[in-house]
Amino acid sequence: MKNFAARLTSVRMGVRAAPLLASALLLAGCATTARNPADPLEGYNRAMFSFNEQVDKVVVKPVAEVYDAVLPEPLHIAIGNVFGNLADPWIGVNNLLQGKVADALSDMMRFLVNSTFGFLGVLDVASEAGLPKHDEDFGQTLGRWGVGEGAYFVLPFFGPRTIRDAAAFPADLAANSAWDAGHIPTRNTVTAVRITHQRWRLLGTEKTVDEGTLDKYAYVRDFYLEQRRYKVFDGAPPRVYEDFNGASATPLGKGVDVAATTAVENLELLGGGGLMLAYGPAADESGSR
Amino acid sequence: MLMRRLLMLFCAWLALAASASAQTMAPDVLVRDVTNEVLAIVRADKAIQAGDTRRVIELVDAKVLPHFDFRRMTMLAVGRDWRDATPAQQSRLTEAFRTLLVRTYANALTQYRDQVIDFKPARFAETDTRVQIRTEVKQSGAQPIGIDYMLEKSDKGWKVFDVVVAGVSLVTNYRSNFSQEIRAGGVDGLIRSIETKNRSLEAEQTRR
Repeated sequence: MKNFAARLTSVRMGVRAAPLLASALLLAGCATTARNPADPLEGYNRAMFSFNEQVDKVVVKPVAEVYDAVLPEPLHIAIGNVFGNLADPWIGVNNLLQGKVADALSDMMRFLVNSTFGFLGVLDVASEAGLPKHDEDFGQTLGRWGVGEGAYFVLPFFGPRTIRDAAAFPADLAANSAWDAGHIPTRNTVTAVRITHQRWRLLGTEKTVDEGTLDKYAYVRDFYLEQRRYKVFDGAPPRVYEDFNGASATPLGKGVDVAATTAVENLELLGGGGLMLAYGPAADESGSR
Repeated sequence: MLMRRLLMLFCAWLALAASASAQTMAPDVLVRDVTNEVLAIVRADKAIQAGDTRRVIELVDAKVLPHFDFRRMTMLAVGRDWRDATPAQQSRLTEAFRTLLVRTYANALTQYRDQVIDFKPARFAETDTRVQIRTEVKQSGAQPIGIDYMLEKSDKGWKVFDVVVAGVSLVTNYRSNFSQEIRAGGVDGLIRSIETKNRSLEAEQTRR
């Protein structure tokens, strides 16, 4: 097991070189006064983050609030179900690409069941029938294949990504617009409703983030990065809780992969930024199993 | 006389049994009972649902806080710099971070509607001193959101020292930001920043 993990790691190292090079080039090109090694593009990112916040404040959030006030709750749920259903085939494809055949079949079944018995996806009967909804995208697939995440990178309008996820994003967009109507006004309306619905789901959370953090940008960044790592490996790497009073750390649970534990321990020992300091690609290892 | 002594003995036994059960209540039972109790109150309280922060903070203070180990949480949020802080700084930091976390938790609670919480079967041995209790918030048309509680056994019963939402630790997620504050202004700088934030939120709440 240990041997296998070690070999897996060495394979990853190779694949990792490319995005690392790309981010190194980006770093050199920008030459900002970044203080966080995990976030070499911090100067640009912060500017783009506040731009996105402004767009949200002026346009997206107000529209989502109207959407919230005008439509009754069952309709919100129905709209979410329809978009969720249309997304399931691409989620299934990604599960297949990641070798998770059972999950991929389950996603296809979800799509079939919800499109028929669920009245074109209005009802999520598949979840009731024991076919759980999954969360996959092409960025996660690349991560599963061993592509390192690269630097943190805030896209205009679309928000937090890593270099890897930003590169994978057009594939997700293309796949999810495969359903779009040929009729341009219809397509634009559908896109607007989709964006509004996504924002609607987050209404209320920004108060929690605004009031709970000293630096919203840093909090959102760290949250995004850790959550992506969690998603890529469909579960958290074993957490190590250090005792800074002096006692040594013990890993949680039993039968934890030794290599993975050591990786996390090494990352944590770097202190300061924790996983962050370890810098993107290397941190991927913490989830290897 | 014998009757009275017996009665006293019985009372003493009852008191002992009660305190023992509070201390040794299994961590999964503790998480489930506290969650259910708090959510039942939120469901019935229109003021909380409308976002009355003060009211929900009172609820959290009374029902949730006794089960949290804030010193441990603050230590994990601060990371290695914790060792360099004096005991006085450590307690001030714990106090300030606790206020910040309670408000965060309270704000999140006001967002609760009627989502179903699924308590996952917990796996731990009798001798374990640290366990993870997993729960899931079901939501229609989307993947359930995982909320995991990390608990540690102390002589005062099981205490939560981390909450992991959707794979992200709400405690260690502060670490890179906190160490940046400490690099810029020392431990006192971090304490000042959190206390200033708490004061401004408190003032805002009073104005409302």
